[in-house]
Amino acid sequence: MRGAGLRSYRSVALGVAWRTAHNALTTPNIVIPTLAFPFFFFTAFAGGLSQLERLPGFHFAQGYTAFQFVFVTLQAAAFGGVFTGFGIARDFEHGFARRLLLAAPNRSAVVVGYALAAVARWALVAALLTAVAFAVGMQVGGGGVELPGLYGLAILLNCAALLWSTGVAMRLRTIQAGPAMQMPVFLALFFAPVYVPLPLLSGWIHAVARVNPVTYLLEAGRSFVSGGTVHAGVAFGAAAALACLFAVWALRGLRRAEAAGA
Amino acid sequence: MSRTRTQIGNLARRSVLRTLRQPSYVIPPLVFPTLLVTVNAAGLRPSTLLHGFPTHSFLAFALAVPFVQGALFSTMNAGTELARDIQSGFLNRLALTPMRGSALLLGHVAGVMVLGFVQSVFYVCYALVVGVRFQTGAAGAFVILVLASLIAAAFGMLGAFLALRTGSGESIQATFPFLFVFLFISSMNTPRNLIAVHWFRLAATVNPVSYLIEGVRSLIISGWDGQALGLAFAVAAAIGAASVGLAAWALAGRLART
Repeated sequence: MRGAGLRSYRSVALGVAWRTAHNALTTPNIVIPTLAFPFFFFTAFAGGLSQLERLPGFHFAQGYTAFQFVFVTLQAAAFGGVFTGFGIARDFEHGFARRLLLAAPNRSAVVVGYALAAVARWALVAALLTAVAFAVGMQVGGGGVELPGLYGLAILLNCAALLWSTGVAMRLRTIQAGPAMQMPVFLALFFAPVYVPLPLLSGWIHAVARVNPVTYLLEAGRSFVSGGTVHAGVAFGAAAALACLFAVWALRGLRRAEAAGA
Repeated sequence: MSRTRTQIGNLARRSVLRTLRQPSYVIPPLVFPTLLVTVNAAGLRPSTLLHGFPTHSFLAFALAVPFVQGALFSTMNAGTELARDIQSGFLNRLALTPMRGSALLLGHVAGVMVLGFVQSVFYVCYALVVGVRFQTGAAGAFVILVLASLIAAAFGMLGAFLALRTGSGESIQATFPFLFVFLFISSMNTPRNLIAVHWFRLAATVNPVSYLIEGVRSLIISGWDGQALGLAFAVAAAIGAASVGLAAWALAGRLART
């Protein structure tokens, strides 16, 4: 793809991204939950559960606020992707997506546009969350240069969640598909060591968390906040693999939508 | 008096049937709170190792949360349904009939109470299936059902007030995150005396939802605790009374405008 084709592709992607981000950030019913939920979780977990750092075997030098900051950052990324997927389903339900697909010379640009909007949406939340976390005294280890590693992981997770939701939205083409988009992501996030490190979990949750890729993202993110790079390669590999897998899922969903004449 | 009773009965029947016919209103309040409590109980099990934690089973400790979370769903369901009646013009048509305002509110809330009761029976069954034994036995389970229905009615009336004020289902949905704040900034995951962060402990102490959760929790893990139960019933009754007053005021305004 070069020349006019590339310009057209970019134009569609940026157009869809601008419209989606504009809707997401100017519609109160969408922007309020987008901003509010991560802060609720951060406040409830970092404030209400901080006594867990006193548990025998809980070793995280940067404190419980930083421990939970990593989870909430990744959670905001994943749900930012899912909530953008809700918008895609709504576009199908209202008939806008049909006109969009008719107008776009290369329809994968539409998916790229949605993904760009999801990243923009998460970036706003992450910036506010980071500012609040530092304002309430979050400690970061190392030179702080590892922190962008956490954001890199979050962007990959955001794209993976968006592509998963896109695949569902393009197959079902109704906002009633919301739970089908949201529930697997919710379970994947909470079947990980959310409240305490992995070694302190026991029983079935420990067995599930050990094979859950989100566990590696969390552990790598927490290591970045401590100034380390534990599991960094595995975490980036797992996040990139999820994004690639769900890209195929989303593009096949796009083909289904095209075939259905949506 | 009997005419009012008939009106309440008809509207309650309509409210119950309409709710039960919509899986999206029935299934999430059953599934989501039990899923959340299962996942949270597994992840937070190490909390029971903290000195002074009142039980060895975090699942038993956390089981009070679904009852209150289910009631929060009642706010949304009741509000959304009434908002739909307003948007579709049904309330305007009712206003042309001799129907009393009190019949509308009570009929509406009866449907919410029935759903709240069904939810609570489901949570009690879930508790028994996962091996939680109530310290207060069958009598305690019965008191939980009564308390949970009262909480559902109180929050349902709050939903009715919001619907009557805004007249929009979307606005009701938008209030959901704010209702969630009350759940999260409470003693849902930790006893108040073990919360280490001072401002959070203070917020949980002034949050009425903490007392609702602690009332239900006392019946599951502590036994008969008059203070916890008294506070829970008093808080539920106070929220209910305030919501009834607000809803009646909003209804008068809404009917006057038609």
